[in-house]
Amino acid sequence: MKLLTARDEREALRLYKRYPEALPLAGGTDLMVGWNTGRLNGKTILDLSRLKDWARIRETPMGVWIGALATHTAIRVHPAVKSRFPLLAESSETIGGRQIQNQGTLGGNIANASPAGDTFPALAVYEAKIHTVSDAGRRVVPFSEIFAGVKQTTLQKGELIEGVELTTPSTEPCRQGFRKVGTRAAQAISKTVFAGLLWLNKDRTVDDIRLALGSVATSVRRLEHIETSLTGQKLDPKAITRALNLLSRDIHPIDDIRSTRDYRMLVSRNLITSFLNAR
Amino acid sequence: MPTVGHDRLRKEGPQKLTGTALYVDDIPVKGIWHGVTVRSSVAHAKIKGIRFLKGFPWRQAVVVTAKDIPGENCVHLIEDDQPLLADGITRHALEPVALIAHPDRATAYNALNFVEINYEPLPSVLDFEKSKKILKTFSIKKGDAKKAMKKAWKKVDTTFRVPHQEQAYIENNGMMAWFEPDGTLVLQGSLQCPYYIVKAMKPIFKLPEEKIRVIQAVTGGGFGGKEEYPNIISGHAALLAKKAKRPIKMIYDRHEDMSATTKRHPAVIKHKAGIDKKGRLVALDIDIVMDAGAYVTLSPVVLSRGILHASGPYECPNVNIHASIVQTNTPPNGAYRGFGAPQTLFAAELQWEKLADASKIDAVKLRERNLVKIGSELSTGQILKESVGLKKCVDTVLKRSRFTALRRDHDKWNKKKTSPTWRGVGFASVHHGSGFTGNGEVFLKSKASVTLTKSGRFVIETASSEIGQGSMSTLCQIVSDALGVPYEWVELEANDTSRVPDSGPTVASRTCMIVGGLLYRAAKQLKAAIEEKAKKIPTTPAVLKEVAKKLAGKKSVFRITTEYEKPADIEFDDTTYKGDAYGSYGYAAIAVDLEVDRTTYEIKLNKIWTAQDIGKAINPLIVEGQIIGGTTQALGWAVFEKPIYKNGVMQNAEFTNYIIPTALDTPPMDVVIIEEPYSRGPFGAKGVGEMPMDIPAPAVCAAIKQATGLFFPEIPVTPEMIAAGIARKG
Repeated sequence: MKLLTARDEREALRLYKRYPEALPLAGGTDLMVGWNTGRLNGKTILDLSRLKDWARIRETPMGVWIGALATHTAIRVHPAVKSRFPLLAESSETIGGRQIQNQGTLGGNIANASPAGDTFPALAVYEAKIHTVSDAGRRVVPFSEIFAGVKQTTLQKGELIEGVELTTPSTEPCRQGFRKVGTRAAQAISKTVFAGLLWLNKDRTVDDIRLALGSVATSVRRLEHIETSLTGQKLDPKAITRALNLLSRDIHPIDDIRSTRDYRMLVSRNLITSFLNAR
Repeated sequence: MPTVGHDRLRKEGPQKLTGTALYVDDIPVKGIWHGVTVRSSVAHAKIKGIRFLKGFPWRQAVVVTAKDIPGENCVHLIEDDQPLLADGITRHALEPVALIAHPDRATAYNALNFVEINYEPLPSVLDFEKSKKILKTFSIKKGDAKKAMKKAWKKVDTTFRVPHQEQAYIENNGMMAWFEPDGTLVLQGSLQCPYYIVKAMKPIFKLPEEKIRVIQAVTGGGFGGKEEYPNIISGHAALLAKKAKRPIKMIYDRHEDMSATTKRHPAVIKHKAGIDKKGRLVALDIDIVMDAGAYVTLSPVVLSRGILHASGPYECPNVNIHASIVQTNTPPNGAYRGFGAPQTLFAAELQWEKLADASKIDAVKLRERNLVKIGSELSTGQILKESVGLKKCVDTVLKRSRFTALRRDHDKWNKKKTSPTWRGVGFASVHHGSGFTGNGEVFLKSKASVTLTKSGRFVIETASSEIGQGSMSTLCQIVSDALGVPYEWVELEANDTSRVPDSGPTVASRTCMIVGGLLYRAAKQLKAAIEEKAKKIPTTPAVLKEVAKKLAGKKSVFRITTEYEKPADIEFDDTTYKGDAYGSYGYAAIAVDLEVDRTTYEIKLNKIWTAQDIGKAINPLIVEGQIIGGTTQALGWAVFEKPIYKNGVMQNAEFTNYIIPTALDTPPMDVVIIEEPYSRGPFGAKGVGEMPMDIPAPAVCAAIKQATGLFFPEIPVTPEMIAAGIARKG
C-alpha cells in the first residue's frame, strides 16, 4: 500500500490529478476494513487528514455549510445542524458507534456511496448540494445526482468532495421524521432507513412532502411517485393507501445477507405510514 | 481475613487493564516467520493436485503438505479420523491442505493467491437433517414412555431447531512453535487445554511427552473455541517450524477464524411431552439429532451432555430419549459454552409453552409442579442427594420480576391499539451438570499441586487456563482460605506443561469445582504439614520463610500434589446411561422482559432477572460477570446470531454481518446468586461457567409468544420472522 499525504488543498488536488487511481482517505472507517482484509494491498491512498479547513461546520445566512471532513460527531452535536437540520443530526447519531462517529466524515460517507449510507435519506430530503473541487475547478452537484450506483458516484477523475451545503427550507416543515432499522442497536448496517419532511396547508392538505429511503435500492432516493400522489391531497387513510400502493415503483429492495425483500418492503411501508399518521 | 465470598482484585487484572499483558501476537520472537494455511474451497472432492504458480518468490518461502508429516497425519482426539492436512481428499470446504511460511506476514498471505488446487468433485451432504451417516448414538430409557404417553391427559409434539453459533472470543486463534536444540517442541499460544496439545503432538511428530512443551500465552477468551482447535493450529505451526528450522507464528484473522474453526453444533429436537390432569409430567419422548460437521472431534461428548440434559430439571417417571450425531461436509463443530445442553434445554423449556396452551394451565405453574428437589430421580435414575437450589431460584426470579403481575400488565398493554409495541415476559429454568460427564473425571485423573518455596512463597501449580473467566483469582482465593493466609501470599505458576501437572482441560464448568477441590485438599495437607513444624500458620513472611526452609529440606520447594479420587457413592454406567451422570448440578431460573416494535418488528430486550444456584460464590463479582456475560451470549444466540452457509462455506464470517449483541443491545440484569452448598466442592462451590448460556433462549421465545402471539420453536427469532408471522396471521 502506498500512502500520499497532502499538506493542503492545493497539494491534494495536484496529487489526485497525478494519481487518479488513488483512494482518498477521509476518516477511514470503511477504508480500514478493506485494508484489514488485504483488499487494499498494492493500492495508493491519498490522505486528506491535514486539510483542516475541510473539517469546518459553519452557519450561513441560507443554512449550514458542512466541510467534507467534518466528523459525524461534530455534525451530531452542532447547534445549527441540530436546530435547522435535525434529521441529519439524528442520522449521524445512528452511524456505527461513538468511535466510528468520532472518526468517520460526511464527505467520506458520501464518496463511499453505500446504498445503506445512514445520512443519505436526510441529505436527500434536505436537498443537499455537494460541492466538489478538482485541479480543473469547482462544481456543485445536487445530492440526487451524486450517486451512479452501488459504491459508485458521479465524481470525475481527480475530483474531491469539498463540502455539503444545506439550505434551510423557506417555510419550516410541520413534521420531520427519521428512523433507522438496523441489525442491532449500534454498529449496525441499516436494513432500511427513512427520512421525511412534510408541509401541510391550513386545510390539512399536503402542500409539499419529501420522503427518502435507504438500503432498498442501488442508491438512496426520493420516493417520487408517493410524493406526487400525496401532494395536494388530504392525509386521509384512502390517500395514504393509494400512495403506498406506488411504493414498489419507488423502491426495489432485495434479499441479502442482512434482511429480506419482503421485510424491507413491509417495514418501509410501515415507516411511511407511521410518519404520515404522526405516530 | 477470609477471602472466599468476597470480591478480590483479579490476579491478572492490572496487566490486562494497562495493556502490558502479552497475547501470542504481542510476544517478540527473533527471526520468526509467519505461517498461513492453504484451504480447500469445495465441500467434498478428491484432490487431484496442488500447483504453486509462477509469479510468487517461492524460494523465499517454506511450503508444507501432508507428505512432510513425520508421524501420523491425524488430529488426535476421540477418534483419529481428522487429518492434520487433507491428503488426497477434502471432506469440507476450508479444510487445511497445505501450509506456507514467509518472513513477512503480508507476503505470506499473498502467497495464497498463487496456489491452485485441482479437484474431482464428490457428492456432498450439507444439510444435516438429510445426512444418513450417523457417527454416534445414545439412548436413555426409564419407565414406559410409550404407554404413559398414550394415557397422558394432554400431550404435545414439537420440533425445535437451533443453529450454529460462533464463539466470537475477542482474540482470534493464534500459536507459535519452535524446536529447541535438544529437539523439544515448544508451543506457545492462545489455548484452553495445554495437555490436549501435548497428547495431539505425540503421534504427529513421534515425540515422547517430555519432549513436548506447551505454554499458554495470555488468552483473550475461549468459550470452548480454544478447547480442541488449538491442536490443529499447533500441529500446523510445528510442521512449518520443523521444515523452516526456525520459529513460526500463525495468527488467524477474524474471517479465517470464523469460517474455518469450530462452532456450536446445530440441532433438531423432536420433543413429545405428556402431562396428567394434575399437571404432572408423565411422559417424555425425545429424539435429538446434531450436526457434527465433517469429522468426529468432540461431538460424541457434546451429544452425551445434550442427552443428559434433555429432560430438563423436572421429575418424569417415563422417559425415552434417543440422540444421534451425523456427519456432513461442513467444517467440524466443536466445544462451545454449554456443550450440547443449551440445544436440548431449549426444547425442554420451550415445550412448557405448548403444554400450557394444551392444558390452559400457566407454563410457570406447570413447571412448579414438576421441579426436581432433594430425593428426585433424573432420567438416568440418578437420585439427587444434596445441593438442589432450583425452587429457590424459581421463587426468587418470580418474586423479583413480579412475574405474574408483569404478564398481566403486558396483556393489557398489548390489547391497546395505540401501543407502539407488543410486550412480553418469558420464563425458563434449567440445571447444568458440573464437571466432566459420567466417568470422565475418573478417566482424566487430574492432578494439581500447592507448593511452598524455600523463600516462603505459596505457589499453585495447575494446567487450568485463565481465559477471562477469573480462574486465577478464584483458585488463589480457595487456596489462601484453605491455608489461612492472605490472598496476596498465593501465586500461580505459569501455565506451562514443563512446570505444572495435568489438571485436565479448562472446560465443562470444572475448574473451580474439580481443580479447586484438588487444590483445597492440597492446601489443607500443606497447612497440616506447616502446623506440624510451626504449631500454627505463620502470620509474617519472615516466620514463613523459616518454616519453608525446614519443610523443603534439601529441595527448593515443598510440594503437595493431589489427584482426583472417585467418590465411592457416585456410579455411572457408560453403556446403559444409568446412574450418576454428574456429581452435582447447578440450577438457574430466568425471566426475560422484551418488547417488539409494531412498526419495524425489532425486538428490544428490556430487562433480565436471573437467580443461579452455584453452591458457593468464591468471588461474587467474578460469578456475576460470568452470569451476565453468558446471558448476553445466549441472548445473541436467541435473537441475532445466524451463520449463513452457501455450499458449506460461511457467508457472513465477519462482525459486520454476523451479529452479536453490543452493550446497547444488552439489557440491565438483576442477578441473584443462590448458594446451596455441595459437600464435595471447595467451600461448597459447583460450576457456574456454562449455565448462563443454557437458559435465556427459551425464555426469549416465550416472551415473544406473549408479545406477538407467535410461537417460534427455532432461533434466532428475527424481525424478518416476526414480520412474516404477523403477515400470515393477517
